Amino acid sequence: MPGAEGPVGPRTDGGLGGGQRPRDRRRHILGDVFAVVCGAATLVGVVALAILLFDVVRDGVGQVDLAFLTSFASRFPERAGVKAALAGSVWILGLTALIAFPISVSAAIYLEEYAAQNWITRLIQLNIANLAGVPSIVYGILGLTVFVRALGLERSIISGALTLSLLILPVIIIAAQEAIRAVPDSIRQASYGLGATRWQTVSRQVLPMAMPGILTGTILALSRAVGETAPLIMVGAVGFIAFTPSGLGDQFTVLPLQIFNWISRPQDEFHVLAAAGILVLLALLLSMNAAAILLRNHYQKNRN
Amino acid sequence: MPTTHDIDTGGKAPALEARGVSVFYGETHAVKGIDLAVPANKVVALVGPSGCGKSTLLRCFNRMNDLVTAARIEGTVGFRGKNLYDDDVDPVEVRRRIGMVFQKPNPFPKSIYDNIAFGPRINGFDGDLDALVEQSLRQAALWDEVNNRLNDSAYALSGGQQQRLCIARTLAVKPEVVLMDEPASALDPIATQRIEELIYELKKNYTIVIVTHNMQQAARISDYTAFLYMGELVEYGPTDTIFTNPREERTEEYVTGRFG
Ligand SMILES: Nc1ncnc2c1ncn2[C@@H]1O[C@H](COP(=O)(O)OP(=O)(O)OP(=O)(O)O)[C@@H](O)[C@H]1O
Ligand SMILES: [Mg+2]
Repeated sequence: MPGAEGPVGPRTDGGLGGGQRPRDRRRHILGDVFAVVCGAATLVGVVALAILLFDVVRDGVGQVDLAFLTSFASRFPERAGVKAALAGSVWILGLTALIAFPISVSAAIYLEEYAAQNWITRLIQLNIANLAGVPSIVYGILGLTVFVRALGLERSIISGALTLSLLILPVIIIAAQEAIRAVPDSIRQASYGLGATRWQTVSRQVLPMAMPGILTGTILALSRAVGETAPLIMVGAVGFIAFTPSGLGDQFTVLPLQIFNWISRPQDEFHVLAAAGILVLLALLLSMNAAAILLRNHYQKNRN
Repeated sequence: MPTTHDIDTGGKAPALEARGVSVFYGETHAVKGIDLAVPANKVVALVGPSGCGKSTLLRCFNRMNDLVTAARIEGTVGFRGKNLYDDDVDPVEVRRRIGMVFQKPNPFPKSIYDNIAFGPRINGFDGDLDALVEQSLRQAALWDEVNNRLNDSAYALSGGQQQRLCIARTLAVKPEVVLMDEPASALDPIATQRIEELIYELKKNYTIVIVTHNMQQAARISDYTAFLYMGELVEYGPTDTIFTNPREERTEEYVTGRFG
């Protein structure tokens, strides 16, 4: 009965003022509390980011100029720059992408489209999920043992890139698997029904449809890789270097390591340099995310 | 168990001939030892209550069940003097020659043109693709509606148009048999009528097996009707007979809508 427990008096809302009933009121209050809690949780993240950005920008923005980008590290803060670290990060990033992307996508295709659903597949799947959670320093130790020592690749860019590739492989594989799984089965059936082979179906229908998701996952994983320090220290990235790498076997440093190096010095001038380095790293990250969005839009445009 | 479902094939060899076909999904025995001959250039309707195995049987005719990991198939399906399930038969080739149209329109997320061209392209067609696309669209009675926007996304078409596009796409690889699983069930009466007219036209050049839940539709478009019930073929014969004078009581009850 509408209004049975409601307030006495004329109703103007056609009996829809149910929010006045005690049960409903409690429900509404609960809903509001939940909204406020969630809003506050969101704010924590935003505020923290804002403070961080504000702090870094205030300290570092005056430092970021062409000279900063084109100078090597130096004992004299006024002459120091991020040239070697930026170049190292870009090298590492590019190589890691080149190595990790094809391997991960192939693995995801195999697991989703080819592998029989048996205990071996499930075991592999479980392992990949676990690998995604292994601390990065462990990958550093693995890289040191396998790439630097066993394969004799020394403390080089290629060792670093291979190590980071291992680190992000599981992340990309899982993202790619999800993207492939999201392609409706009706598309596969349509393709097979026209006499397509499995490879034709995968390469011409499934992969193009999954590509936006795969690319997004890849770039997010690469964003993680570009911020990694620990595993690269393990495989021998150096804190101070005065040349840009010119080949896979060269020594290298990366932005996070350079930043850490500057931060850990006592002089304030170097702390300013660190803030400027952080800004460069953030810019690199943001442009990667922008690239992800552009690529995704590009693929989605082709679709509609 | 019904074994002989003699239908007059006019002296011609049947286009498809199922012999003792059984399908198991794990423990479920979905299709139980069915014998069914599909005459060439005729329309055969498969009818029966939901879950009786119509789609499963249909998929046996072009080895689509191979893609269902849980499915296991017994028996033989004759096609051009060959058993489709022989070891030396390539299922990819089977599906090219025995095409399939699905219940829900499932165009590729590509242009209208590319939807049609996909099949010929993967099958190594090296003739005039534009002409083939036009011909297929005309056969599916869609050409007049889309000829000025072949590069638009297929998703921009209405449901009925999408289904005709899927039919055109199937025809473009020039199959000998077309299998249709409730091709009009997602469409309104007018779109349905267009599909039915289309099936009538296609019969001249193709053999068609169609699953339908719509008894009027089966009566209108098919030459032969097979009534399935719980995985068994209860009765199979000329559509007139099935609808006016069936042998089995269950068939009569079903086609007249008294059970189902
Ligand atoms: N992939 C599958 N895995 C397991 N069981 C299945 C699968 N597909 C179908 N079945 C079972 O096989 C039986 C027949 O299913 P089928 O889809 O052939 O019925 P249908 O006659 O086409 O029904 P509908 O008219 O509802 O489409 C049903 O019991 C169904 O549950
Ligand atoms: Mg069905």
